[in-house]
Amino acid sequence: MRAPDRPDLARGAGDTRGALARRSLTGRIWRAIPRGLRQPLGLIASAIGLAWLVICLIGPNIAPFDPLAQDLPRFTPPGDVAFLGTDELGRDLFSRILAGARYTIGLALTLVCMSMLIGATLGLLAGFFGRWVDEAIMRFTDLVLAFPTVILAMVTAAALGASLFNAVIAALVVSWPPYARVVRSIVLGLRGNDFVASGRLLGFSSMRSIRVDILPNVTGPTLVMASLDIGTAALLLSGLSFLGLGAKPPTPEWGSMVSAAVSHFDKWWLGVFPGLAILTVVISFNFIGDALRDAMDPGAEKR
Amino acid sequence: MTPEPTRPASRDSSAGRRTGRRSHKALVRYIGKRLVIAVGLLFGMTLVTFTLTNLVPGDPVAAALGQRAADDPEIVARFRAEYGLDRSLPAQYVAYLGRLIHLDLGTSWQTHRPIAQDLAKAIPATMEIAFGAIACAAIIGITFGAWSAYRRGRITDQVLRLVSLIGISLPTFWTAIVCFYVFYYRLGWAPGSGRLTPGVSAPPKVTGMYTVDSLLAGQWRTFVDASAHLALPTLVLTLYTIGLLTRFSRTSILEVLDQDYVRAAKAKGLPGRTVFLRYVLRGAAVPILTVVGLAFGSLLSGTVLVESIFGWPGLGSYAYQAASKLDLLAVMGVGLFVGLVYLIINLIVDLSYGFIDPRVRVG
Repeated sequence: MRAPDRPDLARGAGDTRGALARRSLTGRIWRAIPRGLRQPLGLIASAIGLAWLVICLIGPNIAPFDPLAQDLPRFTPPGDVAFLGTDELGRDLFSRILAGARYTIGLALTLVCMSMLIGATLGLLAGFFGRWVDEAIMRFTDLVLAFPTVILAMVTAAALGASLFNAVIAALVVSWPPYARVVRSIVLGLRGNDFVASGRLLGFSSMRSIRVDILPNVTGPTLVMASLDIGTAALLLSGLSFLGLGAKPPTPEWGSMVSAAVSHFDKWWLGVFPGLAILTVVISFNFIGDALRDAMDPGAEKR
Repeated sequence: MTPEPTRPASRDSSAGRRTGRRSHKALVRYIGKRLVIAVGLLFGMTLVTFTLTNLVPGDPVAAALGQRAADDPEIVARFRAEYGLDRSLPAQYVAYLGRLIHLDLGTSWQTHRPIAQDLAKAIPATMEIAFGAIACAAIIGITFGAWSAYRRGRITDQVLRLVSLIGISLPTFWTAIVCFYVFYYRLGWAPGSGRLTPGVSAPPKVTGMYTVDSLLAGQWRTFVDASAHLALPTLVLTLYTIGLLTRFSRTSILEVLDQDYVRAAKAKGLPGRTVFLRYVLRGAAVPILTVVGLAFGSLLSGTVLVESIFGWPGLGSYAYQAASKLDLLAVMGVGLFVGLVYLIINLIVDLSYGFIDPRVRVG
């Protein structure tokens, strides 16, 4: 737990750190990157993650074929006609994977942001106000956590009707509670500190106390938790689409592309490549999340 | 969504010194309290699913009857009356709870059989995979975690960390398809989908788990066939769980390695193996056990994505078919059952803390 940023108090420590880091601009930028990402594997993971983010933005524009056009021969193996082969309707797999990045990754990012906002807000309220607010929110959190994740998401998605938007809502229903729990425990730990108490004694309102003393200390750990959550979110969303509860057929969503391979499992490329896309995205985001967590918690770095 | 370890039993330093009779009483009271909470949670779960499935726009009548029948008002009215859908929501909920007490989960629209009967058939099939997978994953995962922690920072540790990271990043449904393609279609090592090869008849039912039942009946060939069919789904779910358990065991063991009592044991001159087995592993057992319990729960919901690929007639396939047909009562039945298992596991895990770790005594 850091004390809140008070430049006047931290100047002494800041000076020595500044002198050490002032060697060169590139050196300073380099040192700002978490250590886990400065190693070869970390560089590879960040490069892959970055590449997928770029593909998210420009994917359909660099695709060699129209991802929805059905004008190639069906079931072409990878190589001669299409780089990664074609699917059961004669669509280019490579183009579909490029175009699908924005669904899987974009929606996973949206989902994480939304569950972080909802979960953190509830956790903050529970931890800060305590008493019945805490009881009500935490019992509700326990209730959602008591449910098997995939099954609750499945019920919600099925009941709302299959669409990508509803899949995100369904995933949201199951993915906010961990944030509420963690943020609540951080806030409970902070509330007993002198700097929070002195703020209240100075007459800070609840809102001001949260904004000035609590929020700055909650943001870091919550963001790290969110970065570790992106991979899980991508897996959950693509899983729902795989079950037919997310993206509708022409949409090149990766999970639903893998599901085409269930009925044509002898055409290995149908399932292998979209699955590899999911896997590389999840691995790279999990790796980056790990490195960020280690950087936030120096004690954990050796772990 | 990293699984949150459940709150450990309240730590009470004085409880360890209490006499047997008093701590026994405290234990009974603690179990009672936990049971009340569990029942409350179960009740809440029925309420959540019920509200959720009734407030949302999906039309169960159209899903169950098909669009053509749903256009005929008379058929719809008869259908609604038969399943009690014409009554008010609170009345429907109370009726559902009343039947639940008699273990009547209602009738599935899809199979036209009592849901409790359907579940009784599906549960042993899923449990057969889940027990195998959690046992394999716990043995391998904890070994990997301990090994990785013991060689912290060295090459073994880095390789194992990478392997477990890949493990938690695998999309289960994709691993299932790839394994099916490689081991069945390409190599021919594994048999096809289902629980038994067509032509092999199921063993006489005792537990419903074919491997156990065939052994009990002494049908060796059925046992071999059932085990072969079990191998791939178990492998896929094991892979999915190993990564999680490796990561958690490693972190917990590293935390214990830093403790003073471990340092003291080393300073006393105890051999490294003794220190590791008697002090470190025992100290890390509580968090590891918690995660094994949680992993079992996530395994049960993970089967949803795996069973349909292997044509495995378990809870996962059942839940998936029910959800896609908006067979609400059936989905609620699965949800309630898995939730119940989850609660029981958490309770057992919490209660076992006191037996494993002398520092934690329920009070």
